[in-house]
Amino acid sequence: MKPLVIALCLVLGLAQPGATEEIVAGLSQDEISITANFDGSEILVFGAVSRDAPIPDTGELGVVITVEGPSRPVAVRRKERIAGIWVNVETAEIDSAPTFYAVATNAPFDEVMSAVEDLRHGVSVPEAIRAVDVGVQNPVDFTRALVRIRSDQGYYQLREHAVTVREQTLFDTRFRLPANLTEGDYRARIFLTRDRQVISMFETDIAVRKVGLERVIYTLAHERPLAYGILALVIAVLSGWAASAAFQLMRR
Amino acid sequence: MQIYLPIAEVSVNALVLLGIGGLIGILSGIFGVGGGFLMTPLLFFIGIPPVVAVATGANQIVASSISGVLAHLRRRTVDIRMGIVLTIGGVIGAGAGVQLFAFLTRLGQVDLLVRVCYVVFLGIIGGLMLIESVRAIRRARKTGPVAPPERRRRGWVDALPFKMRFRTSGLYISVLPPLAVGTLVGVLAAVMGVGGGFIMVPAMIYLLHMPTKVVVGTSLFQIIFVTGFATLMHAITTQSVDLVLALLLLVGGVIGAQVGTRIGVKLRAEQLRILLALMVLAVSLRLAGDLFLQPAELFSIDATGAP
Repeated sequence: MKPLVIALCLVLGLAQPGATEEIVAGLSQDEISITANFDGSEILVFGAVSRDAPIPDTGELGVVITVEGPSRPVAVRRKERIAGIWVNVETAEIDSAPTFYAVATNAPFDEVMSAVEDLRHGVSVPEAIRAVDVGVQNPVDFTRALVRIRSDQGYYQLREHAVTVREQTLFDTRFRLPANLTEGDYRARIFLTRDRQVISMFETDIAVRKVGLERVIYTLAHERPLAYGILALVIAVLSGWAASAAFQLMRR
Repeated sequence: MQIYLPIAEVSVNALVLLGIGGLIGILSGIFGVGGGFLMTPLLFFIGIPPVVAVATGANQIVASSISGVLAHLRRRTVDIRMGIVLTIGGVIGAGAGVQLFAFLTRLGQVDLLVRVCYVVFLGIIGGLMLIESVRAIRRARKTGPVAPPERRRRGWVDALPFKMRFRTSGLYISVLPPLAVGTLVGVLAAVMGVGGGFIMVPAMIYLLHMPTKVVVGTSLFQIIFVTGFATLMHAITTQSVDLVLALLLLVGGVIGAQVGTRIGVKLRAEQLRILLALMVLAVSLRLAGDLFLQPAELFSIDATGAP
């Protein structure tokens, strides 16, 4: 899939004579370590447009930058009042939805990217959600609700005008990653557009990993569940006893 | 002071967790309830995923109950023999309850059932206890502090076989009623994800006619084993016990339990019951509100329920 997309970009780029503009980009960090006092993280995405010709005067230059967390299946439920009680009546099983998704652009989204390009590259948040055969009458309501709830919680962000472009060449933006990050490989993508068409694309990974004690606990819980359970009980028993003994000593 | 929880995968304020643990611990020590029925909603409220909240809550209750039981043992207010009988029933019930829970999850709507269970059981128990203890206090005021102990009527309960002497409680009854109470509480504990003390305590007072002072310690004794069993089951089946979360909650909890036990012995039995009744009713009303009032957001996301 990836080579195909890149090939497409190349074809599109060549289709416009004199518009060979390429992205040279970097991230402030390509690895995020989740430690015990992890409290979110900020990523700076920056880059430049390299050209082998003068700046073309066809259309406005658009920069769209996305950061995407690992996707997971999710169930969206709808409540309805039955006999005075609010009950879950419908459940949409959505195949995969990103746990985090942020889009930053240098102008309103509609002005920098066409709907066709959005669909082709899966850029905006609704395009990143995969919902086939979800098992409800009106699936659109459910995916909209998902986007709405996750946007309110800060997991999905659409920040128009958040990318600064200087001299049609240098660009940069910052992403604020929340504290409640899901572990996995995050993907950062940069799209360069002219006249709402993608002319170049850059992609890189950000590894988000638990480290140290966080990693040890997580691994133990998943690979040795029985030992982990017993350990949890032993800690509980010991601390219960210790507190009791400590108070006993204090009273004397 | 923010801390990242490795299993829950959220970052929360450590002081808030210590505070919640301490509050639950105090209640646990005073009333002999594990406090799960308060702990679980509080953890939801600060953003811990429900599965992790239930499993880790169970683990924390083990610790605070042990701390409480040790304080009660020194005071000789634990009927160990009764506790063992209740525990046997409890583990059988919890085993059955876990199966029931899995079955209901497959059907969907488990969420609603748990909530309705909370509202119904907390409402009935809280209401009955409140009425009964208000009456008891009125009686005590009219006839002076020492009301003549009512002679227990002989009923079908006394006709049951397998009688056993529970010396600490001053009872000579069949083991079948406590065994049944233990089993019922075990089922509810597994389905509702709590220790079941708030059902156990009134059941011991009103069904088994145990003296109130013994009830608290014995309930805690029983809760240790039922929640311990639940912790192990959760660790094995869902891997949702968060050690860091548990540790923070139980540091607060064990200290709170010691404080609570000291407050508990100073209060009179009737006052104790009225306080517990009011608290149980408050939680019940709060949850009933969620059922009957229109929620602000009709849709909800369940990231763990999907395959």
